Amino acid sequence: MTRPTLLTLEGLTKAYPGVVANDDVRFSIGEGEIHALLGENGAGKSTLVKMIYGLVKPDKGAMTLRGAPYAPDRPSAARQAGVAMVFQHFSLFEALDVAENIALGMENPPKRRDLAARIRDVSHDYGLPLDPSRLVGELSAGERQRVEIVRCLLQNPKLLIMDEPTSVLTPQEVEILFATLRKLAAEGTAILYISHKLDEIRALCDAATVLRRGRVVGDCIPRDTSARDMAELMVGSVLHVPERRAATPGDVALELRGLDLPAATPFGTSLRDVSLSVRTGAILGVGGVAGNGQDELLAVLSGETLAPPGTLFVDGDDIGALPPPARRHLGVLAAPEERLGHAAAPDMSLVENALLTGQVREGLAPRGLIDWGATRAFADRIIAAFDVRTPGNHVAARALSGGNLQKFVIGREILQSPRVLVVNQPTWGVDAAAAAAIRQALIDLAEGGAAVVVISQDLDELMELADDFAALNGGRLSAPRPTAGLTMDEIGLMMGGAHDMEVAHAAQ
Amino acid sequence: MIALEKRPTPSRAWTVLTPLVAVLATMVAGGLMFAALGKDPFEAIRTIFYDPLFNAQFASYSRPQLLVKAGPLILIAIGLSLGFRAGVWNIGAEGQYIMGALCGAGVGLALYPSDSVLLFPAMVIAGAFGGWAWAMIPAILKTRFNTNEILVSLLLVYVAEQFLASAALGVMRNPEGGGFPGSRNFQQWPAAANPELIAGTGMHWGVVAAFVAVIAAYVLLAKHMLGFQIRLAGTAPRAARFAGVNPARLVVICLGLSGALAGAAGLFEVTGPAGQVSIDFGSGYGFTAIIVAFLGRLHPVGILLAGLLMALTYIGGELAQFMLGIPAAAIQAFQGMLLFFLLAVDVLSNYRIRFGRRRIA
Repeated sequence: MTRPTLLTLEGLTKAYPGVVANDDVRFSIGEGEIHALLGENGAGKSTLVKMIYGLVKPDKGAMTLRGAPYAPDRPSAARQAGVAMVFQHFSLFEALDVAENIALGMENPPKRRDLAARIRDVSHDYGLPLDPSRLVGELSAGERQRVEIVRCLLQNPKLLIMDEPTSVLTPQEVEILFATLRKLAAEGTAILYISHKLDEIRALCDAATVLRRGRVVGDCIPRDTSARDMAELMVGSVLHVPERRAATPGDVALELRGLDLPAATPFGTSLRDVSLSVRTGAILGVGGVAGNGQDELLAVLSGETLAPPGTLFVDGDDIGALPPPARRHLGVLAAPEERLGHAAAPDMSLVENALLTGQVREGLAPRGLIDWGATRAFADRIIAAFDVRTPGNHVAARALSGGNLQKFVIGREILQSPRVLVVNQPTWGVDAAAAAAIRQALIDLAEGGAAVVVISQDLDELMELADDFAALNGGRLSAPRPTAGLTMDEIGLMMGGAHDMEVAHAAQ
Repeated sequence: MIALEKRPTPSRAWTVLTPLVAVLATMVAGGLMFAALGKDPFEAIRTIFYDPLFNAQFASYSRPQLLVKAGPLILIAIGLSLGFRAGVWNIGAEGQYIMGALCGAGVGLALYPSDSVLLFPAMVIAGAFGGWAWAMIPAILKTRFNTNEILVSLLLVYVAEQFLASAALGVMRNPEGGGFPGSRNFQQWPAAANPELIAGTGMHWGVVAAFVAVIAAYVLLAKHMLGFQIRLAGTAPRAARFAGVNPARLVVICLGLSGALAGAAGLFEVTGPAGQVSIDFGSGYGFTAIIVAFLGRLHPVGILLAGLLMALTYIGGELAQFMLGIPAAAIQAFQGMLLFFLLAVDVLSNYRIRFGRRRIA
């Protein structure tokens, strides 16, 4: 099947101080083609699509769109030429409704009534139902993504760029999205699809270009290539898959009993009747779409939010009223999702960031006086044990790449030999090799007798790591089930809020 | 084209160099301003920066004034800088300075004519307490009712000024003063006086306290967990809460410390250079100290130098008005330039400048 070429990239190059983000990148996309752009974090995918969308100017190279030279100097020029983009992080105002948000992104918004009608038509045609008058703050992540997609579709784009669109969706929502994208492609719209989820790419895409360290290292037809081969093309080496061990759980270390916690902010999530228990030596995986209570659950376990009496127990003791340092003393450690600003202070050095949570258990400040020598040694141990790539321990946290800082943050907690460890998105934005190392470290930690809670939106990761799986939905936690033998359909139903699987089946 | 590029890590060299560059730039720009006013710029700059310290004719008077003026500025600015580092904005040091003076002087006057050696230490403690208590009002309102400490502490300055006027005219008025407003003169009451410790230097107990505060603040910030928590809360509040810093406790500690130091500064001033509680006792040290704190990059040693520099421009400015007839407004503009250039040059420690057009294919 030959398609007329839509977009051709010829030798695009972009250098930032100290790093070449894109080096002589060339490939082309045909009309109506779903083209995957594959690569690890830092491979240069984002820079490349920013150049196509007019956010970044290439240092060298040229693009042609439908045979004509194409050099957008800003996103509005790209949109006029028929290129639209859905970002990974949404740019929506929660306090405005759907139609108002869409109007804000348009050059010449039509009258509100006309716009609402068009939103209804477009969203209905493509199977993405949306009510134009609902507040965005009340929408789920999947619905917010629909707003972004509909905003793009109203411009009748020839090329739609999608950056990691499925990271916030349930498996069922992913199916709906794929149906929409296939319909768009059938009508002749080309789609540039960025993802690192190989199974999705194999199911959806017609062609794939693989980037590594800013260069095109290969291309393939995803349907005819195994996920493992694509992964090794991305990484450039043979992948190490973490080893599961035979589960030998001990006593219950961490327990939540019917925890109710109202939301701290208007758009936060209230936790409702959350119960869980984790034995030593076991890993509990908590799935769910972002914004369904993950941050709140981590905060209540770390001690940033205090729990009401009689709800939170470690080794049988009620620790709900203890602040974070007292919990660390008992061995209850946590690693939040947001690395910069939450898990680590961006402008402080790695040494100071090691002190941030290490002070209590590592005894880094006896009688309040900081032992900088011991703190530096602790930071160096983290850097060595978790292969943190940094010029030294004096470097500010914000100077590290996301993946390296994540290794530091996770390593900092693991090296303190916790009794209970709670991590949120432990491998988010980390390259495949480092992600495998972090997962192995979590498995080793559990084997060593710790109780581990892994909160993640990466279902494959949870299936790989966890003994039991539970899903958060609207602040409620489904009853945990053993991961062995759990199907994607069952997981989707748990994430969608059907707590009792038997009832859900009966209702079908 | 000139482009600013964010540095991955703040430049250490520029953090140290920026104050020097700012002082030089102020001299150049100020010199141009003085020239435009028809004065000899070199003579004006020399009168402001050199004569107060080394001129044979004036230095004997103005050199001691340097420590007299810098002492309270440094003492107050050290306290404020701890709060500013933590993101706690105490703008009302002037009020805490006045209330400290009133509280300490009140304790002394109530015991008149005691000659106990414990009298002065008791007055210092009462002064620090007065400033602390006055700062606790915004602290408690903020932690209990989430009010804005900037507004509350600032407005309490004007309340404190009313207390000062009332005390000078009423309860603290000197019964032997022939009906004039103002309290007894502490300088004439040795047990309660804060005298010049070494003749001709301007050194008094308040200056000693300021030096001690500089050292203590340095140790606190560099070596103590509380100092680490203060820095952490200022640069990354969410990470601070994750680390276990209690924000309410930090607000109380920071406002309390800065209030106590401002109150002590007020007591040293009322028993020393000022001599008595009078209506015009509040001379703006509490506000100028905010500038000193930022001029010194919120760093204890920087504040020490900034306090001395600020005191010098005040003394030199007065001298330039008196000797060269430079208008007071021009002197104030000159001091403003100093702060402006410091903040402007500050960009260099976090950004580097790139000249030339960006390469575009």
